[in-house]
Amino acid sequence: MQASPPIGTTALAKREARLAWGLLSPTMISVSLVVVLPLLAIFWISVKPVSLADLRPASAIVREDVRGSGDELTIRYRIRNSTQDKIISDVTFQDTLPESVSLSDTPPDNCAVSGRTLTCDLGELAGGQREQLLIPIITTDEEAAEAAIENSDPIVSSTSTNILTDTTFTFENFRRIFDGDEFWGVLGVTLFYTVFGTIGALVVGLFAALLLNKEFRGQGILRGLYLFPYVAPVIAVAFSWLILFDPFSGSANALLVQMGAIDSSINFFGERPQALIMVTVFEIWRYFPLSFLFILARMQSIDTDMYEAADMDGATPFQKFWYLSVPQLLGILSVLFLLRFIWTFNKFDDIFLLTGGNAGTRTLTVNVYEQAFAVSNIGAGAAVAVVIFCCLLAFSFFFFRFMSQEEGL
Amino acid sequence: MSVLRQWYVTSALVGALWMLVLSTTVAVAMSFATGDPFRPSLLLSFLIGAIAAILLVLRPGGRLASWAIMAIVLVVTLLGVGPIIQETGVFLAAIGALILSASFVVSMEKILEACGVHTLTKYEWEDVVIRFLTGFGYIFFTAIVFIPFYVMVMTSFKNQSELIQNPLDFSLDLDKGIDLFRSYFELFGEFNFDQYLLVSFFISVVTVFITLAFSIPGAYAVARLRFQGQAAFSRGILLIYMVPMIVLALPIYIAFSVTGLRNSILGIVLIYPVTTIPVALYMLQGYFRGLPAEIEEAGLMDGLGRLSVIWKITLPLSLPALASVSLYVFMIAWNEFLLAFMLLDDPSKFTLTRGIASLNSSEIPRQHLMAGAVIATVPIMIIFLGLERFMTKGLTAGSVKG
Repeated sequence: MQASPPIGTTALAKREARLAWGLLSPTMISVSLVVVLPLLAIFWISVKPVSLADLRPASAIVREDVRGSGDELTIRYRIRNSTQDKIISDVTFQDTLPESVSLSDTPPDNCAVSGRTLTCDLGELAGGQREQLLIPIITTDEEAAEAAIENSDPIVSSTSTNILTDTTFTFENFRRIFDGDEFWGVLGVTLFYTVFGTIGALVVGLFAALLLNKEFRGQGILRGLYLFPYVAPVIAVAFSWLILFDPFSGSANALLVQMGAIDSSINFFGERPQALIMVTVFEIWRYFPLSFLFILARMQSIDTDMYEAADMDGATPFQKFWYLSVPQLLGILSVLFLLRFIWTFNKFDDIFLLTGGNAGTRTLTVNVYEQAFAVSNIGAGAAVAVVIFCCLLAFSFFFFRFMSQEEGL
Repeated sequence: MSVLRQWYVTSALVGALWMLVLSTTVAVAMSFATGDPFRPSLLLSFLIGAIAAILLVLRPGGRLASWAIMAIVLVVTLLGVGPIIQETGVFLAAIGALILSASFVVSMEKILEACGVHTLTKYEWEDVVIRFLTGFGYIFFTAIVFIPFYVMVMTSFKNQSELIQNPLDFSLDLDKGIDLFRSYFELFGEFNFDQYLLVSFFISVVTVFITLAFSIPGAYAVARLRFQGQAAFSRGILLIYMVPMIVLALPIYIAFSVTGLRNSILGIVLIYPVTTIPVALYMLQGYFRGLPAEIEEAGLMDGLGRLSVIWKITLPLSLPALASVSLYVFMIAWNEFLLAFMLLDDPSKFTLTRGIASLNSSEIPRQHLMAGAVIATVPIMIIFLGLERFMTKGLTAGSVKG
């Protein structure tokens, strides 16, 4: 009998696969909880008419106090709906009557007493509705009874429909965000910011990499220094820029005025169109270190033989750069371009901190925040997020098509 | 083109531009250092730079020519008709003029090294241009990186009236002594920044450990073990890594509001690692793939189980990668702003970045804001400079993420 390789899945391979899934499961569970689930939730919320106030579900609030004296003593329960516009159903509450207290008369129809427990059923409460129930009691020691009654809080139960989980759907959110010129303005700003931010960071990074692609004393220090903008917390550098370019007491304005470049202060982050240019410049400033690092790493792995051969043939520096370096760097440059394009498109913190999306700098990501929290319309915010996610899917389709051809990274 | 390559055209053009670069640099640097008004003169810079450069190429009298040119630039600047104009003090003007003239002659000689008194070849001409661009590049990058950080640190030592009086004056008033650090004392004393610092540190360290605990087994599985869906999985990681946080922040905010995790450090510690696990997994699996499988196979042959192979062979071999990943994750967690901003409202639970965001109001003077920024920046910079090798590796391996 001839020996043949095993066909199908062997026991060993099965064991290996089982181990692999075992090792991956913690990651998969956590990632699906925090990434996949929220993504599904975003799609769900985007078709719901939900605002920030709806996050607090409607509930019934019950307050009790003791009124009157002597024979006229009553416990007063005041019940109200916590919201103005939502219906709460099956509102009931239970309260324990102290030992020293007994009923002096029959309680209202919707209340019943068994043992020392008082149960009241109020049925449905409309939005903003208030109700009052009076339970007549007698007691020997009024003060003690009052304290005892007010010490035992009633237990309330009710059901209310939550806008997040019911079945009302609407396309109002999408209609709203696509309505009018605003959306196209936002999209245009996003594209400007993304395209120029990405290309700018790549070009500046390439320039920096060319500078440092040679051995000299202090090269390490300069390389470290040039990474500072990326490593420092975004909030620290964003506020530094704001203070540097402040229209009233910023150093940049003072400097430009002193040098005679401008006559009066420029409001760099507060007016169109320079605010958009400034946030793009900030983006380039903050992320050129990244492209610089990648490009430098790639440059240092290029074989020097080629350059020596070119030198022998009498190639000039620009020729060497154009005909030798650029073709070698094209791969990393295009991968970087795609990745940075996606990430600049997704960027939120920088613009949010610098301008808050004002003065014509509102990108799609800032619009999510703006709609959801500033306008308090969570549904519309989610709708913008869905739009972002769809753009992202399209980009990553390109990215993976490209990545499979281009190894590296 | 051939006109451009005449030696006098090249040297005059490069000299003029270089003088403008240098005079602007010196003027800005002197203004920032002293607060006195220095400004470059466009026309005079061009003129003096061009003439000086041509003379430097001609070099009548050899070495002596350099000294003579340096002296001429110094004197015309002091007379007020040089590339830099300064009206107030003679002493500072002298320092500025000295720096300018010395740096111009020294650097110009380097730039024009290939330039002789003849029509330049293409090679020589490009050499001059490249040297000029290199010099410009060093000044440009150092300035744009340095200035914002300089402003940040120096503003934190000032007080409100000084800042409004002269926004350019960043000189330190050393007479104030310990009072220079007043903003810092106030932040630590009254604004709870000592606590925010601890909270941020705690959260970042915990995030690093949780991330490693999740991503090491996952990365190993993706890199080494064969199973169905392996390729799809490693793509999925990259895809997840590209989902913008703001898209996820909304549902997370809702879920945290409903479950009461908002305003709790537990909530932050739960959410931060998940944002870093995909990055860490992606970085680590790349490293694990690069390790020779033979060593692990030898371990397997000798009777170790897979898990002990990971523990006893793979992990010790990948300590440098683990250091890089840890540093990178630490940096992400330390710098994280969006989630902290959305999920924390209670000042007793703030992280450092959230604390700084709360300083951004019109009632709080800006030196406090900048002192806060310095407090957040210094630790990460110390770590970065101390462990730059690992950090740079980590950045290159993982920082496709923004």
